[in-house]
Amino acid sequence: MIKAILIFNNHGKPRLIRFYQYFAEDMQQQIIRETFHLVSKRDDNVCNFLEGGSLIGGSDYKLIYRHYATLYFVFCVDSSESELGILDLIQVFVETLDKCFENVCELDLIFHMDKVHYILQEVVMGGMVLETNMNEIVAQVELQNRMEKSEGGLSTAPARAVSAVKNMNLPEIPRNINIGDINIKVPSLSPF
Amino acid sequence: MALKIVKGSIDRMFDKNLQDLVRGIRNHKDDEAKYISTCIDEIKQELKQDNIAVKANAVCKLTYLQMLGYDVSWAAFNIVEVMSSSKFTYKRIGYLAASQCFHEGTDVIMLTTNQIRKDLSSPNQYDTGVALTGLSCFVTPDLARDLANDIMTLMSHTKPYIRKKAVLIMYKVFLKYPESLRPAFPRLKEKLEDPDPGVQSAAVNVICELARRNPKNYLSLAPLFFKLMTSSTNNWVLIKIIKLFGALTPLEPRLGKKLIEPLTNLIHSTSAMSLLYECVNTVIAVLISLSSGMPNHSASIQLCVQKLRILIEDSDQNLKYLGLLAMSKILKTHPKSVQSHKDLILQCLDDKDESIRLRALDLLYGMVSKKNLMEIVKKLMLHVDKAEGTTYRDELLTKIIDICSQSNFQYITNFEWYISILVELTRLEGTRHGHLIASQMLDVAIRVKAIRGFAVAQMATLLDNAHLLTGNTQRNGICEVLYAAAWICGEFSEHLEDPMQTLEAMLRPKVATLPGHIQAVYVQNAAKLFATVLRKHDGETESQAAQETSQLLIDRLPLFVQSANLEVQERASCILQLVKYIQKLQQKNVEVAEEVTALFAGELNPVAPKAQKKVPIPEGLDLDAWINEPPSESESEDEKPKAVFAKEEPKHSRSRHTEVDEKELARRREVRKQEQANNPFYIKASPSSQKVYDAPGVEHIPVVQIDLSVPLKVPGMPMSDQYLKLEVERRQKEKAERKKKEKKKKREKRGKERKADSGPESEEDITPAHQVDIVTEEMPENALPSDDDDKDPNDPHKALDIDLDNLLSGFSSRPLADSEKLPVRTHRPEALKSPAEDRDSESVPQETKKKSGKEKKKDKEKDRKRSKEEKKKKKKHKEVEEELLESQPEEAVQSEETKEAAAPPTSTSAEASDLDFWLSSAPVPPAAQEVTAPSSAAAAVDTSSAAAPESEPDEPKDTEPEDTKSSKHKKKKQKKEKEEKEKKKKKRHHHHHQHHSDAGGEDSVQNGTVEEEEPLPPMSNYSLLAENSYIKMMKEDADQVYDIQGNHQDESKVVVSVIFENKSDSFLKSMEFNVLDSLNSKLQRPEGAGAHDSLTVPFQLPPGVSNEARFVFSVQSIIMPQKLKGTLTFIVKSDESSTHEKLDFKLHFTCTSYLITTPCYSDAYAKLLESGDLKGSSLRLEGINMPFHHLLARICFHHHFSVVERIDSCASMYSRSIQGHHVCLLVKTSDQTVSIDAKCDEPSLLGNVLDEIKQTFSKC
Repeated sequence: MIKAILIFNNHGKPRLIRFYQYFAEDMQQQIIRETFHLVSKRDDNVCNFLEGGSLIGGSDYKLIYRHYATLYFVFCVDSSESELGILDLIQVFVETLDKCFENVCELDLIFHMDKVHYILQEVVMGGMVLETNMNEIVAQVELQNRMEKSEGGLSTAPARAVSAVKNMNLPEIPRNINIGDINIKVPSLSPF
Repeated sequence: MALKIVKGSIDRMFDKNLQDLVRGIRNHKDDEAKYISTCIDEIKQELKQDNIAVKANAVCKLTYLQMLGYDVSWAAFNIVEVMSSSKFTYKRIGYLAASQCFHEGTDVIMLTTNQIRKDLSSPNQYDTGVALTGLSCFVTPDLARDLANDIMTLMSHTKPYIRKKAVLIMYKVFLKYPESLRPAFPRLKEKLEDPDPGVQSAAVNVICELARRNPKNYLSLAPLFFKLMTSSTNNWVLIKIIKLFGALTPLEPRLGKKLIEPLTNLIHSTSAMSLLYECVNTVIAVLISLSSGMPNHSASIQLCVQKLRILIEDSDQNLKYLGLLAMSKILKTHPKSVQSHKDLILQCLDDKDESIRLRALDLLYGMVSKKNLMEIVKKLMLHVDKAEGTTYRDELLTKIIDICSQSNFQYITNFEWYISILVELTRLEGTRHGHLIASQMLDVAIRVKAIRGFAVAQMATLLDNAHLLTGNTQRNGICEVLYAAAWICGEFSEHLEDPMQTLEAMLRPKVATLPGHIQAVYVQNAAKLFATVLRKHDGETESQAAQETSQLLIDRLPLFVQSANLEVQERASCILQLVKYIQKLQQKNVEVAEEVTALFAGELNPVAPKAQKKVPIPEGLDLDAWINEPPSESESEDEKPKAVFAKEEPKHSRSRHTEVDEKELARRREVRKQEQANNPFYIKASPSSQKVYDAPGVEHIPVVQIDLSVPLKVPGMPMSDQYLKLEVERRQKEKAERKKKEKKKKREKRGKERKADSGPESEEDITPAHQVDIVTEEMPENALPSDDDDKDPNDPHKALDIDLDNLLSGFSSRPLADSEKLPVRTHRPEALKSPAEDRDSESVPQETKKKSGKEKKKDKEKDRKRSKEEKKKKKKHKEVEEELLESQPEEAVQSEETKEAAAPPTSTSAEASDLDFWLSSAPVPPAAQEVTAPSSAAAAVDTSSAAAPESEPDEPKDTEPEDTKSSKHKKKKQKKEKEEKEKKKKKRHHHHHQHHSDAGGEDSVQNGTVEEEEPLPPMSNYSLLAENSYIKMMKEDADQVYDIQGNHQDESKVVVSVIFENKSDSFLKSMEFNVLDSLNSKLQRPEGAGAHDSLTVPFQLPPGVSNEARFVFSVQSIIMPQKLKGTLTFIVKSDESSTHEKLDFKLHFTCTSYLITTPCYSDAYAKLLESGDLKGSSLRLEGINMPFHHLLARICFHHHFSVVERIDSCASMYSRSIQGHHVCLLVKTSDQTVSIDAKCDEPSLLGNVLDEIKQTFSKC
């Protein structure tokens, strides 16, 4: 079972959190902080497994993570999951994100947390691995997006017009948000 | 300016979306909290609006804020609102938010039950999917109970996307509602063989997860998994299965034997490291489960170790880590094979990666021997010095202690060395593990009697230099050591060289800064030391020294009397008074030494930590009963707060009764000696327990001298290294001596004696430096051996420890009882899609009937089994080959048919024994197994023909023989495949003929339509439509009815399934289906087709094959039954000719077919009846001779009703037509008479439905 999936950046800012066991919000934040603390001090060339210890669940649990450019993808799993399998799964997940967002970068995750959740929902469900075939995942995500589009999406046409009005060149609206376009580099699958 | 105002008002209308919120937060880095709180206010405003789009947007933003750590539970109700939106976009947002923040304590969850149920049965697969995903995160026991049946239905959904989600969520349902496991398990098992790999993988996932916690219940699935393992190519599934086998093998070593070969093959063949690694892991588990020392498995071990070495040497740190992890598992059973890689593991200790170092440490734990312990620990001590960061160093410290103390200090040959190591460890700054070191010191000093002298000397040094330990506040953890030091010095003070000095050290003012519990020990042990000093000076008249000691105590103790710690205070004042009294006596020149010593006389024996718990309660003792009346409040003050003391070191929590007089003490000592003499586990001390060293070892070892040569006065100097050198010398000496002896011996008896001089010295040859008594810990007599101390009673998986074999086998078993039924308020969810599902839900309420059926069947099964066994015996040696050829295809065909018909492969009665059989087959010649196949197959055929109209001729079927074959006879199988194929064709033909004869009558029964849980009275929806010499058409009573509202008003669609069966020997093709439309009912034709065009049946029929096609009709009025005339045209193609043929039929749409099973709650039902809109009608049926629940089941099944409530022989039922007419029935029965009172808002519909019900029952 997967107990939690956390995505945060190099500064420990959460980009997506998904707990498959209930924790109160402050506990969740504490777990993120601790996990970040554990993971961030590790070099890139050390192994990707960490004994979870007291963090979540105890000794049966492991943290398995991957570090892509500015983001850490951390899975907290118990002993029923294969370590290398989960590493592969993270890779699949990231590659899926890459496909769905077309060259995914941290900004995509920042502004479209909901979409990332929807993609994740096709990969992992209730803590168990649902699908590992990337094409299948992408197909299901796209079908659902299409359906959303046919319903007009969350921001329907009038709303779009409104946001155009909103973004008109009014002085207090901050333009030029300075955000670098840092792509998550997806390395080719390691030969597992 | 105007623009701004406009913009402001629009802002209020549409507000920010998620992206705007994120952008805003990023632009308010300085006052983020403030900005967010204004955003939350906005969101609250948005949530108050009626527009669902605005609400959804707000909820979406809340989900983001939840991630940032804001509690959004206040919006739970709004989330539920968004969840219940009809639009997928909003629904998805709602469910996402719910899955992020709902939990068992969320009270609005109970409002969601019906919404979720509705979504689960939604015609849109993504609505269902989203609901399942959401539910998987917040399912509660209540939801699980209420929805279990709906989810179970979804497990047979037509879309694999839904199936896999439904299968996966079942695990969560089981966890929350364990009662659902038994009813759902057969279907779950069935999904292991689902055609869709995703569904299969999900099922494997769930079962593995279940089996991991309670493996024994899933042993019977081993053959199935074995088959999957040998056939699957999906690495994910393989890994899961292989992991599962790892959990199963400890329970069934025979399984392990069977696994070794395919696993080693996989290890050799796979290129996927993940798979390789899991294989190695499971092979290790297998090898552990097999009795060690099986010679033929040493190759497997070697293979594993070799592969692991490759992993460890890999540059990929992940592989290195896992390699070490797996290596540690081998270590437990086969330490020898790992020990040869000691170099590699020690190398890993230097790795820059902490995780890897920790793993290597774990390995070292198992690699030590008497021979290398000192060496390894020396290496670790070096690492301790180098280690930066306290966590890793603490880890090292605990590991050193673990390594040394494992299995009762088994590997320690020189305890002086160990004590020195412990003393050296006290120099670690800021470690948390002071108490660990302390308990080791105590343990060694108490249990190893010979070491006490040395230990006491070391501890005295420690006490003397206590300032070094306590000087720095950071070192607080380590001062626990002083606790042990003080206690050891006090308790074994007779070994002290200069007790006076130690006493002085223990009473320094600085001690008052130590933690209370340590001070308490100091005070108590100062008294012991005092006694020792007095005794030392006993006999000297007017001893100055003794009086000085008393004075010292009197001077120093008041400091402790003022202590804030109660324990310290109490002990100090007690002892102070005692010393004052003694001083008075001393001044009168009274001999006191003996009496004071008597206070502390007697030896403490180590008691096992669990000893107290294990004292059995004597018969007739009720611990809860009051012995006396409850004590008055004032008495409770007398209780001493011992907790502090007892927590630290339970060994000396025994309170000593200082009041006990000499005689009593002596008596007790006698009794104890007696006890010890009788206790075989108590290793007696050598008679002269006072001696520092025991005689036997001393001649060989110059230990005493070393003792002196070591500069004990310099604290903190590492001495352990010297022991290492000495040890080496000693061993060499011993070796030389032994050599001499052995040479002598050799002359006397050759052959038997082992050669110690050839090769390295073995474990047994190393004698410990001291003759050590390791005193075993005391346990109470007749202690109850139990290992259950560690189990967690709160484990949710305990509840899932449910015996499933019973369920699977059905022979001598417990079939699903009434009480185990899944709670179905609705017994058929609306808008079902496939006939399979329909039947599934059908079977549940009918389970009651099953019982009686099972009983009848039991006899048959017994017979079958008996005959099977007989045949087995007979055939074992004869005609094996022939049988083999015949049996395989037959078996294959049958199992294939079961699959085709979507009937789940229920295991036979013989499942359990079959498992044994499957497992035991390894050594038995393969032919023997084959015999099961023909006999069971034959038996199955027998029963099927005997139980003529029964609908499940091949239902209880053995899947095992096939499994066995697939695994065992891969090669053979390939050869035979061609042969098989041919036979298959023939067989199939044959089988179908058999069905014909079965299904002759009007009420024809189609094979396989009925599910495994089907009760006895066979019910079929299929009725004969038309038949000629070529083809038979069977129509399903249009139960696949659904309406599409909003699409066409007043017009509903009815789907009719027709089974076409080719009865001829010719090929049927170009089938065209046509009906004459009436005003009311029309066949739906593709766009552009004319009103009279016929529809092409989308398949061709080879001889003997049947297939199903569906046709959609649109219907306007549903209050009257309809009849449509139609024709089927087709081309019959034989070898010589092809002819055009035609078959006329009449399609009959009953009013029943317009009814949809709809759940209705009793309160809603009551309201409906009260409303008075319904018109009544009634019906009486005479001579109905069937149990009431059969009657209800028939009405439910044939007429699409659901039971709302049932009280004894009276039941209320409900159904709804596709156009929304309510139909309510009240069914009562007494003495073969059934009266049905019915109400409906459309009288003619009601009349027709009642007529149809009447007809149904007139048939039987």
